[in-house]
Amino acid sequence: MLAQILFNLAFIKPEIALTMTLCAAILTDLLYKNRTGLVAGIVLGGFAAAAIGLATQAGLSVSVFNGALAIDPFSNFFKMVILACSSFVVLFSLGSNEVSAMKSRQGEYYALLSAMALGMFLMVSATDLLVMYVTLELSSLTSYILSGSMKAQKNSSEASLKYLLYGAFSSGVMLYGISLIYGLTGSLNIFTINTVLAHGGASSPAVLIAGIFLLVGFGYKISAVPFHFWTPDVYEGAPTTITAFLSVASKAAGFGMLMRAFKVVFIDTGALGTPGAWSLLHGIDAQSILIVLSILTMTLGNLVALWQDNVKRLLAYSSIAHAGYMLLGLVVLGNDGFSATMLYFVIYMFMNLGAFYVVILVSNNTGNETMESYKGLGARSPFLAVGMAIFLVSLTGLPPTAGFIGKLYIFAALINAKMVALAIVGVLNSVVSLYYYARVFRNMFLRESTGETSLIPISMPTYALLLILLVPTILLGLYFGPLVQFAQYSVAMFGIK
Amino acid sequence: MMELKFLNVGILTWITFLPVLGMIVVLLLPKNNKTAMRWTSLGVTILQMALSVVIFQYFNRGLAGINTVDGMQFKEFIPWIDVQSLAILGRLKIDYFLGIDGISVSMVMLTALVSFVATIASWNIEKSVKGFFALLLLLNTGMMGVFVSLDFFLFYIFWEVMLLPMYFLIGVWGGPRREYAAIKFFIYTLFGSVLMLLAMLALYFSVSVIDPSTGMKMHTFNMLAMMNPANFDPASLLGGLGTSMRYYAYVALFIGFAIKVPIFPFHTWLPDAHVEAPTAISVILAGVLLKMGTYGLMRIAFPIFPDAAIYFAYPLAFVGFINIIYGALCAMAQTDFKKLIAYSSVSHMGIVILGMAAFNSQGMVGAIFQMFNHGTITAMLFLIVGVLYDRAHTRGLNDFGGLMNKMPKYSAVMVIAFFAALGLPSMSGFVSEAFVFLGAFQTYRYLTIASAFGIVLTAGYMLWTLQRVFLGTLPEKWNGLTDINTRELISLVPLAVIVIFLGIYPMPIINLMNTSANALVEFVRSGAGMALVGR
Repeated sequence: MLAQILFNLAFIKPEIALTMTLCAAILTDLLYKNRTGLVAGIVLGGFAAAAIGLATQAGLSVSVFNGALAIDPFSNFFKMVILACSSFVVLFSLGSNEVSAMKSRQGEYYALLSAMALGMFLMVSATDLLVMYVTLELSSLTSYILSGSMKAQKNSSEASLKYLLYGAFSSGVMLYGISLIYGLTGSLNIFTINTVLAHGGASSPAVLIAGIFLLVGFGYKISAVPFHFWTPDVYEGAPTTITAFLSVASKAAGFGMLMRAFKVVFIDTGALGTPGAWSLLHGIDAQSILIVLSILTMTLGNLVALWQDNVKRLLAYSSIAHAGYMLLGLVVLGNDGFSATMLYFVIYMFMNLGAFYVVILVSNNTGNETMESYKGLGARSPFLAVGMAIFLVSLTGLPPTAGFIGKLYIFAALINAKMVALAIVGVLNSVVSLYYYARVFRNMFLRESTGETSLIPISMPTYALLLILLVPTILLGLYFGPLVQFAQYSVAMFGIK
Repeated sequence: MMELKFLNVGILTWITFLPVLGMIVVLLLPKNNKTAMRWTSLGVTILQMALSVVIFQYFNRGLAGINTVDGMQFKEFIPWIDVQSLAILGRLKIDYFLGIDGISVSMVMLTALVSFVATIASWNIEKSVKGFFALLLLLNTGMMGVFVSLDFFLFYIFWEVMLLPMYFLIGVWGGPRREYAAIKFFIYTLFGSVLMLLAMLALYFSVSVIDPSTGMKMHTFNMLAMMNPANFDPASLLGGLGTSMRYYAYVALFIGFAIKVPIFPFHTWLPDAHVEAPTAISVILAGVLLKMGTYGLMRIAFPIFPDAAIYFAYPLAFVGFINIIYGALCAMAQTDFKKLIAYSSVSHMGIVILGMAAFNSQGMVGAIFQMFNHGTITAMLFLIVGVLYDRAHTRGLNDFGGLMNKMPKYSAVMVIAFFAALGLPSMSGFVSEAFVFLGAFQTYRYLTIASAFGIVLTAGYMLWTLQRVFLGTLPEKWNGLTDINTRELISLVPLAVIVIFLGIYPMPIINLMNTSANALVEFVRSGAGMALVGR
């Protein structure tokens, strides 16, 4: 037994690195009060160690801890996205006024970030429903604390409480679903569940209900409509760094888990077909549920975003809409759709983090995130404004930016699957999204500033960081071959064709 | 086969990407050096004109192009993106494939000419000069790229690249309602282009060619490959001929292009955009952007979907007719000079549509020629409005009168432009309109007769406008108006010379497009014929 555990430990080096980082961060914070730079440095170092650990696992495809976790290209891909996003958020936090206003609690802020990264790492590897639940809770609990970390501000605490309540409810429903599935199939391991279901071991309505309960938990994590109600308030109230983190990393982890559960549990492994395309188990129409979910998610996200006057809240709704686009990739029931969603995540990470970073920098200067404060930004800081414009153009999905390539692959997968009507809904949604993104352009470039007109000072590291986000946003729009190949390679999950 | 290269880079790449080089120079110039920025842009457009003269010189009039790689000239082919994909998607291959034939060569020349004129017309822009010229140059690359790409993906990228510069050029430097006009333009065009994107993807998955290096089948964005019915996989979305899916795809492409033309009822963005845009941008909008729609129909929609093109030929001719009459009637009702010209564009583009829809060689030649002529004539008209607006700061037609004596040189240029626009013989507009009506009459007798009534309406509002502006008594307040200056003349005279020259001797341009236009008609008709046989 011990030998087996020791053997398995060799496969979770990145997670071990993150756990040690967490401990080191907490200890350092206790020993050296107010040395937050040091804690942040330790966390970044830990992330680097985890990255090295990930690199050593490239190409592995194993199941460890008695089928609780899978180490495969699929989870590695999402771990890379999560790690990159976490590192960016730590770097953003170092320059954020909101975070520095937390004074002595900054140490725990960084420590919690690493705890959340750990939770999300385990989420995308989990192949056991109970592990899924526990790791989901690990990342959720830390994110409740993080979104309330500006204790002094009322809406931050409100965000935290709302998040907690919605989270508790959703995970409760999910847990109920898990218990139903366990009752129906006698197992928590998703591969075993699939086998039992494939042999008709469960009546389909009961499985469908249990599946929907499970979906509540996933849907809450990726903020899909109608499980999105917490999103705008939490995104608005939380420190912007955390909002950025939640909108990318947390969503990536949720998607990773959802995709694995969906593909492993509901796919008919015995069916023959084109390689890369799969068919669902007979009797459970998970596809239609996802279609409805994705249409609702993108349409509602986009339509409500039209009315927002707070840029942070606008980006919150836009991130809901983007979850809808990404769900489109799942609907296709094929590896091409999955890889399109995964590709979208990498691109989405650069453009969405970039947009939030500009929001952080602007609010450092103006103290708020209202549309009003973006008036005349083009004159006050051409670099920030042009950067923001490029991120938003990419979020809209216009060439030659990366966002276009992300959407292109998703729509290509849909067209290839002959789901033309759904593709039309998707593209029309991106036309709608143009309108609200363009409102930001309009304020930045077409209108004069009503208040402050002085230049916004930008430090050298800020320039560098913004460029690191900007360059891929443009470059991946013009040359995306290697990334696409990587995403398509990474679609391979353990134990499934 | 002619190959023109400089520094081992082909002439079409140069003419397309020179503006980007210019843009980089403009962005690097110090902020206060406005003169250098203007001269950089002008230098770029002069070089483009020079290149277009070289193209004109070396263009082989005997090659048809359209659907054959060998018929394309000044070709450049570089593999750009090559993803060895999953089995299900096949291999993704996008090529940097440029080339021109008789349909595009005149558009390339027109783009170079109109960009040059627009740069001169924007000389007196003072508000953020750097941004203006950088965006203008980027726009220029987008326009040129659309006319030279033979890979659908590349075409789409260029098509979309224009949107953002245009949004800002109208939105920042435009008139009082610029924000509304800019976003309206943006959303309309994006709406059209996303439909085009879906049609493009559907085509991509339906067409496959044999990869010469591996001998395997692969999908392609190559437009020329899409034109060959043999390349369509029978089981695919757009396989076969005359299927309803093909008609939907054609309609999706059509809407994308129709919004740009603009074809009624997708035209409502045009008056707003034109009225609010600064003069130079109106010139580009009317001179080049509108042509992209009709060019796209000819280059992509017709030859790829010949079955649908013929099936929808009558509806197409009918919307052409509506455009002609409706545009003219709207123009007649305007009191804003610029809005009048904008609606006259709607009317004149209707003539292009009518000519294309005839699907015979006179009609097609007339349509392409009319595209060129409309580009030059409408550019003149917008410049003329700009000259007056710069001085009087109003465009109300009823505010003027008796300007003939006050601004004699201006009046002379304006009379040339107006007579060209109403299709007076000896002006270029007459020749192309005559071709269009000649062609259309053979196919749609009554519709053409009805459309020809549009010419009368055009003459009506044009002459009425001349009367309102030039004749009668000069109102007191315009005593201080000065005549047209040298810079403005430099932008107008070349256009006027071209308009008159092509009116008297149109052969240089017609020779350029004749072979290709005939081949296009032939190709579409035979493709559609196959569809009928197959049915």
